[in-house]
Amino acid sequence: MRLSLNSRLSAISALLPALLVMLVVYIGATSWTVWISLTSSRMLPNNNFVGLRQYQILLGNDRWITSVHNIVIYGVLFVSLALLIGFLLAVAIDQRIRAEDTIRSIYLYPYSMSFVVTGLVWQWLLNPTLGIQHVLRSWGFEGATFDWIVRPETAIYCLVVAGVWQASGLVMAIMLAGLRGVDEEIWKAARVDGLPKWRVYVSIIIPMMGASFATAAVLLSTGVVRLYDLSVAMTNGGPGIASEVPAKFVMDHLFERANIGLATAAATTMLITVVAVVAPYLYWRTRKGEVR
Amino acid sequence: MTAVAQTLPAARRSKRMTPARWGLYAFIFITALYFLLPLYVMVVTSLKPMAEIRQGNLLALPIAPSIDAWVKAWTSACTGLTCQGIKVGFLNSLRILVPSVAISILVGSLTGYALSLWRVRGANILFGAMMVVAFIPYQVFIYPLVRVFSFTGLGQSLFTIVIIHTIFGLPTMTLLFRNYFASLPVELFKAARVDGAGFYQIYARIMMPMATPMIVVAVILQTTGIWNDFILGLVFAGRDNLPMTVQLNNIVNSTQGERAYNVDMAATLLTALLPLAVYFGSGRWFVRGIAAGAVKG
Repeated sequence: MRLSLNSRLSAISALLPALLVMLVVYIGATSWTVWISLTSSRMLPNNNFVGLRQYQILLGNDRWITSVHNIVIYGVLFVSLALLIGFLLAVAIDQRIRAEDTIRSIYLYPYSMSFVVTGLVWQWLLNPTLGIQHVLRSWGFEGATFDWIVRPETAIYCLVVAGVWQASGLVMAIMLAGLRGVDEEIWKAARVDGLPKWRVYVSIIIPMMGASFATAAVLLSTGVVRLYDLSVAMTNGGPGIASEVPAKFVMDHLFERANIGLATAAATTMLITVVAVVAPYLYWRTRKGEVR
Repeated sequence: MTAVAQTLPAARRSKRMTPARWGLYAFIFITALYFLLPLYVMVVTSLKPMAEIRQGNLLALPIAPSIDAWVKAWTSACTGLTCQGIKVGFLNSLRILVPSVAISILVGSLTGYALSLWRVRGANILFGAMMVVAFIPYQVFIYPLVRVFSFTGLGQSLFTIVIIHTIFGLPTMTLLFRNYFASLPVELFKAARVDGAGFYQIYARIMMPMATPMIVVAVILQTTGIWNDFILGLVFAGRDNLPMTVQLNNIVNSTQGERAYNVDMAATLLTALLPLAVYFGSGRWFVRGIAAGAVKG
């Protein structure tokens, strides 16, 4: 259909905000961040080009190394545990159970709450003097220790516990939609062949649910790179720097330590990581025609 | 796990309580307890006096329940320097929430409408680019944006944070409405064109009224997303408009001296109340929102 000049102008005017946001915020801001990371900027941006020196400094920075180390531990454990638990919950719900709606609501409600709330609740639950450790001891397990949150080598696992609690329901919802999309004929055929149900899940259903797993995994992974609020609320990066994460490293160096060159180098590293994960996924989805 | 899995053949056919099915329900019961535990502990802790918290058991019901901690959390808990309770943050969050939700949905729906039904050159490139940037962490944009806003004189303000929420809500909102409009029968659009309706007329009179389900989904997504935001409010709202999440974190984590866990948990619950109400009130709509906005990071 040919558009009149008037309509064409209207359509373009409606797209102006999006275009502006795209050019100014996304492309403009990203380029500026990358550029600052190549300069010797400290408190204010300057244009003194120093190549990759900020990245060299970054790689020698203990706090950054700890942050990266932590986010790898967190990412691997959080994504795999949330996928596993979320899938099991979805399978359990898919067995025509009673009170399905109630159970599903219970699994998913943590996802409606913020990371700040999640972090503060779990900080309290894991409190070594009055939290779960205290409960276990009062039940007669005298030697029970569950003081991960105050020990530097285990603090990051506390973030995993809280994160998995918050996000498993999301995975469950995605997986349940996938399971409900499985053709009933497959179940009938498997029954005729006398296959045990767990075999059907492992050999037939899971391979069929590649798209659900990919969607859930990408959603969880992008959340990993952004992880900030949870670390701030739950441990504030502590004890010491034991549970620092890259997003917090950037924020602290931007606004408290006034080292924007180093902060933007860290932010650019995060950007590259995300693009490396997301680009192949979007490409794959576009080729499958899911993003129209 | 095997116990659960092996129940399944029988389960599909009948609802008889076989041992395997008992296993399934045991699994569901235990996991449900695990998910409910933090909510339960929040509630009971907020109702106990401090003495009871110090001596008693985390999981015990309050012996002498009282709402003192709730009153204190709402009216007089200290966030750093001031002691006016979490109600300040609640009101700030409301003032941020309402315009941000309205404007982000307006801009997003208009963008989605223009991208789906009108053949504008470069539309696909613009849309594809928006989908990519939806995944990029805020840390990449924050510093330049702070500079731009301070350069334009807007600085940190209510106006700034509303614009920021509109900007970062745009990819998801556009995706939501674009896909919805694209799924409507195109004859509808063509008929309106033939009748001589213009771009904005079709949007306001035909498309938006038909998009009510998507508007509900968008309101749910944006309300919970913006209410739960921490980092954007912290950076862009300014000291006088700090949202509830930021105030909550200040109350709990910057307390000098002995921590009042009951007040902390009451304040935490108060902050979680609105998203929880939206979640339990909206039922399946929330899940629909997750599915529709699944691209959001």
